[in-house]
Amino acid sequence: MSQETLKTHLEEAFAKNIRTDGRKLLEFRNITIDRGVSSTAHGSARVRAGNAEIIAGVKIDVGTPYPDTPDEGALMVNAEFLAMSHRKHEGGRPGIDSIETARVIDRTIRESKSIDVKKLCLIPGEKILMVSVDIVPIAYDGNMIDLGTIAAMAALQDARIPTVHEDGSVDYENLTENPVPLSHLPIAVTVFKYDDMLVVDPTEVEERYYDARLTVGTLDDGTPCALQKGGSASFTVEEIEEIISLAQKKGDELRGLLK
Amino acid sequence: MTKKEITRHDGRKWNETRTISAQAGVIPQADGSAVFTIGNSTAYAAVYGPQELHPRFMQNPKTGILRCHYNMLPFSGPGSRGRPGPNRRSQEISMVTQNALSPVVDLTDYPNSVVDVHIEFTQTDAGSRCAGICAAAIALADAGIVMKDLVSAVAVGHLDGTVVIDLDGEEEHFDGEVADIPIAIIPSTGEVTLLQMDGLTQPELIIEAIKRGREEIEVITKVQRDALLKKFSSEITGVQEAKTALKKILSEEKK
Repeated sequence: MSQETLKTHLEEAFAKNIRTDGRKLLEFRNITIDRGVSSTAHGSARVRAGNAEIIAGVKIDVGTPYPDTPDEGALMVNAEFLAMSHRKHEGGRPGIDSIETARVIDRTIRESKSIDVKKLCLIPGEKILMVSVDIVPIAYDGNMIDLGTIAAMAALQDARIPTVHEDGSVDYENLTENPVPLSHLPIAVTVFKYDDMLVVDPTEVEERYYDARLTVGTLDDGTPCALQKGGSASFTVEEIEEIISLAQKKGDELRGLLK
Repeated sequence: MTKKEITRHDGRKWNETRTISAQAGVIPQADGSAVFTIGNSTAYAAVYGPQELHPRFMQNPKTGILRCHYNMLPFSGPGSRGRPGPNRRSQEISMVTQNALSPVVDLTDYPNSVVDVHIEFTQTDAGSRCAGICAAAIALADAGIVMKDLVSAVAVGHLDGTVVIDLDGEEEHFDGEVADIPIAIIPSTGEVTLLQMDGLTQPELIIEAIKRGREEIEVITKVQRDALLKKFSSEITGVQEAKTALKKILSEEKK
């Protein structure tokens, strides 16, 4: 089927509120979460949704603080669209899609202030804990920002801080009982616009044809903490209002999976 | 024959591997895929191709080529986070993996093309290149690539002169004389397609370790075969069930 025909076909179906896999436009796939999937990570999780499988792994290291925040620990979020996960992804340096995904997930978690970075400081100005989250699709099937955020949060919930000795050396093999301090469960919901129709959680095929998208990161009480508009088309202010309220509602549903 | 009585730190016998599991067809987007776990080492493999090979100067008009990519995810190693992306170690292992698998793969029907094999690790505890080769062999077969056999791989070696199979991370750092010899075997012929070693060893011990490894590797081959059998027999059952259901509908319509 030619690309244009497929786009028309999808949009005709969307107009009848039906998707290729039978879902309604504002319906997520069934999401399952498994924690503790990697024995070498300090926290890890696998998220499955339809044909998508995403793994997030946390490593916690001791490092030196940034000069402008001497009493704060550090959070780093990285995502890489593995060539393994879909034929459209190429190996080599992370492309712009990987970079945007990582930055939007990073922003959602960071700006939620869920992680109390002050608690990750060991010796002000000298030693801090650095929490790194790596998110990769094993099997790619669309909606990486939303599913990746869930995987990242589940892996952070699963994480335990390694033993740090007096001299600042780290015993990576012996984890303490201490979790990463999380005060919120930030969730990202991306709403995709096709013509004037709004869709959530697209598959890879659906994702090829969106006109614009808006990611809204929210806190437990629905307060937005991050936004990212993508795609070449535009939104009206009314649409943005509708999308934010939709993201709050869907965010609540997804947050339930992490509790 | 050396003495076989040795206490391994996890209570395994000298010829006992860690727990092995495998599954074929785990990545629906790929042409073939598998996951292979031995102890705490987990390898995912995905096969894409045969497909057109770029850059074109690498194309071979006589045959398609196999290209392997070995990569450890940043959280899959011991200790601190690993830097993502290729490094000298991963490039070397990619090459030896490719050489371990090439002898069983026939791509002469696909000139100028490439079969890409991506191998990723979510956790490792020694033996990762062997786990990667085992996963890749299943994934290639799952992709329907013409192969004369599977390839099975395991690390053999010795601890103070006693041959052991499937060394784990702790044994690699054994406090005494130790050699780590990853090998890959074509099960039907017993030929060796991967051979590396680090550690001090006498020549006789190397040969003995390879021979013992070749005998013991059949447990790994069986897990690989079973993974493929399970996937394809369930597909066949699925088709048969669909056929039966269809026949029933058609016969009811006739009435």
